[in-house]
Amino acid sequence: MTKFSDLTRLPDAQGHFGPYGGRFVSETLSFALEELEKVYMSLRDDADFQAEFDRDLAHYVGRPSPLYHAERWSKQIGGAQIWLKREDLNHTGAHKVNNTIGQALLAKKSGKPRVIAETGAGQHGVATATVAARLGLKCEIYMGAEDVERQKLNVYRMRLLGAEVHPVESGSRTLKDAMNEALRDWVTNVDDTFYIIGTVAGPHPYPAMVRDFTSVIGREAREQSFAQIGRLPDALVACVGGGSNAIGLFYPFLEDEEVAMVGVEAGGDGVETGRHAAPLTANAPSGVLHGNRTYLMSDASGQVSDTHSISAGLDYPGVGPEHALWKDVGRVNYVAANDDAVLEAFRELTRIEGIMPALESAHALAHAKVMAASMRPDQHIVVNLSGRGDKDIHTVAKLDGLEF
Amino acid sequence: MNRIDQRFAALKAQSRRALIPYITAGDPAPQYTVGFMHACVEAGADVLELGVPFSDPMADGPVIQKACERALKHGTRLADVLDMVASFRESDSTTPVVLMGYLNPIERMGYEAFVRRARDAGVDGVLMVDMPPEEATAIAPLFAEYGLQSIFLLAPTTSSSRAATICAHGEGYLYYVSLKGVTGAASLDVEAVARQLAPLREMTDLPLCVGFGIRDGETAAAVGRVADGVIVGSALVSRIAENAERPEAIPAALKAVLGDMRDALDR
Repeated sequence: MTKFSDLTRLPDAQGHFGPYGGRFVSETLSFALEELEKVYMSLRDDADFQAEFDRDLAHYVGRPSPLYHAERWSKQIGGAQIWLKREDLNHTGAHKVNNTIGQALLAKKSGKPRVIAETGAGQHGVATATVAARLGLKCEIYMGAEDVERQKLNVYRMRLLGAEVHPVESGSRTLKDAMNEALRDWVTNVDDTFYIIGTVAGPHPYPAMVRDFTSVIGREAREQSFAQIGRLPDALVACVGGGSNAIGLFYPFLEDEEVAMVGVEAGGDGVETGRHAAPLTANAPSGVLHGNRTYLMSDASGQVSDTHSISAGLDYPGVGPEHALWKDVGRVNYVAANDDAVLEAFRELTRIEGIMPALESAHALAHAKVMAASMRPDQHIVVNLSGRGDKDIHTVAKLDGLEF
Repeated sequence: MNRIDQRFAALKAQSRRALIPYITAGDPAPQYTVGFMHACVEAGADVLELGVPFSDPMADGPVIQKACERALKHGTRLADVLDMVASFRESDSTTPVVLMGYLNPIERMGYEAFVRRARDAGVDGVLMVDMPPEEATAIAPLFAEYGLQSIFLLAPTTSSSRAATICAHGEGYLYYVSLKGVTGAASLDVEAVARQLAPLREMTDLPLCVGFGIRDGETAAAVGRVADGVIVGSALVSRIAENAERPEAIPAALKAVLGDMRDALDR
C-alpha cells in the first residue's frame, strides 16, 4: 500500500478517472459501449481468454520484447544508463499490436465480422489490418489525408494486408479527424462492427481496456529490470500522444514510488509557439472530445485546435484521461520534446546503437538524453522504444532534401 | 411554464404535430441566422433547434459538417449564438429555442456562465449530442435553477433500462433518432419507428419527436402519424448550402421545404 495505490483502482464504475474520462457519446453508441464493457469485464478475468491472449503475444507478436542496454549511447552521454524496451521488435514494428490482438479477440468473441480503426502514423492501422487478416475479419481504416500523404508506406502495407484505407479530408485531415470518421462509421454500422481504438482515449471502457492490453510492456520491463539491473530502474520515459505506450510501460510501476516517470509530448516547433501537440505540458484546459473529458487543446470558444508534430502518431489535441489524472496527482511528470531535438535523437540512436527509432519514440529518447546527462552512471532509465523508424524514412529523407 | 411545454400543450390541445427545424447558427454567415429563424417560424415551425457550430461534429454527416465549417470560417462562437437568440427574442417571445451541439464549447465557457447567459438570451432547452444523462449530473441542477430544459436523445439501440433512465431525466421532449447513422443519412423505416415508439409511450408522457431521415412532406406526414413531432435538419441545411453564395434566396428556400411539411402534417 503506497500513496499511489488508489490510482490502481480506477476507473470508477462510470469510467471516470477523477474528473476525467467518462462516456460522452451520442445515444446510438451507448448500447454498444455497455455491451463491450460487459464482454470485456467478463473476459478480463477469464483464464482461457488470457491464455489465448498470452499465447498470441508469445508466438505471433514475439514477446517478451528485450530490454536492451544502450551502453554505447549511455557512455557517450556520460550519465545514467539507458535501457530500451524494444517494442520496435514486435511483429508489425510497434507496441500497437499488443492492443489490437486483445481487441480483435474481443471482436471475435462478440461475433462481429467487421473491424474499423483510426490511425495517425499508420502503426495502429497496420496492427489492426494484420490481426484482421489473421482472424479473417473485414477491416476498414480511417486515416487523415495529410497522414496518408506522409505515411505512404504504411498505407500500402495496410492495403496489402487486405484492409480498405479511407483518407479523411475533413477538418485538419489528421488523427482527430480520422477518429471522428471512425465514430461516424461505427454509429452507422454498430450491429456488425467492432471499433478497435488505438489508444487509451475514447469513451469508457476503451481507456481502461487498452491500458490493460498494453500493460504487458511494463510487466515485462519490471521483471527484466530486476533480472538485468538487479533492482527497479530510477526512471521510466515514454512518449505520449494519446498515451498508450506510456501507460503500458508505467501502469505496472504505478505503486513503485521510487520510480520516477516522465511522459514526453510532442513539442513541435516549441510549446511557447503554439505549434505543438502537448496538451499536458501546455496546461491546456479540460474539455470533452471523442467520448472523454481530458486536457484538450481548444480555443477560448471550445473549438478543437489544430496540432503540429513531426510525428503523425503524436499529432492529437487530447490525451488519455488517465494521464490527465496522473499529471494532476503528480505521479507522472509530463514534458515536451521539440521536433529538432527529436530528429537529433533519431539520428543518434541510429548511428550509435544501430537502432532506427520511430519519430514518436524518438521524443522519449530526446528527453531521456537530457535526463541521463544530469544523472550518475549508477542510475538507470528505461525508455520505451515504442516503434521502429522504417515508416519515417520518407519524412527524414525529405528534411535531408531527398525524395524517393 | 417553459415555452417548450407551453408549445407542446397547445399543439396537443389542437391535435397537431410539432414541426421542428434545425439550422446551424452562423451558416453561411452569422448575420443571416436570425432572419432564417424568423423565416422558419413564418413557415409554421413550432420549436427551433439552433445548432452551435463545432470543429469536430462526430455524430453529423457531411451536410452538417460543412455547415459547421462555413459557420466557423466566419468565427461563429457559442457567445455569438447566444447573441443571435437574444436578437431573435426581440421580436419573437413565444417560439421555443433549443440549442443543439456538442459539449466542449459549453465546457470552455463554464457551466455557470453558460446557463446564466443562455437563460438571459432566451434559450429554452439544450441538447448536447455527446452528453447522455449519466454525464449531465453536474450541469443538470444548474439547468433546473435557470429554467433550461434538458433534451435527450433516444436511439434504436437504446435498451429498455436506458430508455427508462433517459425518460426519467428528459424534459421538454425526447428526440428519437430514427436510424443508426449520422445526420443526413438515408431513408427511415416508419413502421420500425412506430414499433420502437410504442414502448416509450408506456414510460413517459413527454412528447416523442423523431429526427434523422425526414426529407420532405411525405416522410414528415408518415412520421407525424406515429410521433408527436418531426425534426428536420439536413434537408434544410442542404438548401442553405446550395444558396450559400446568394443568401437572400435562403429564407424562401427554407419556407418552401417547411411549408410542404407543415401542409402535409396538418392535412
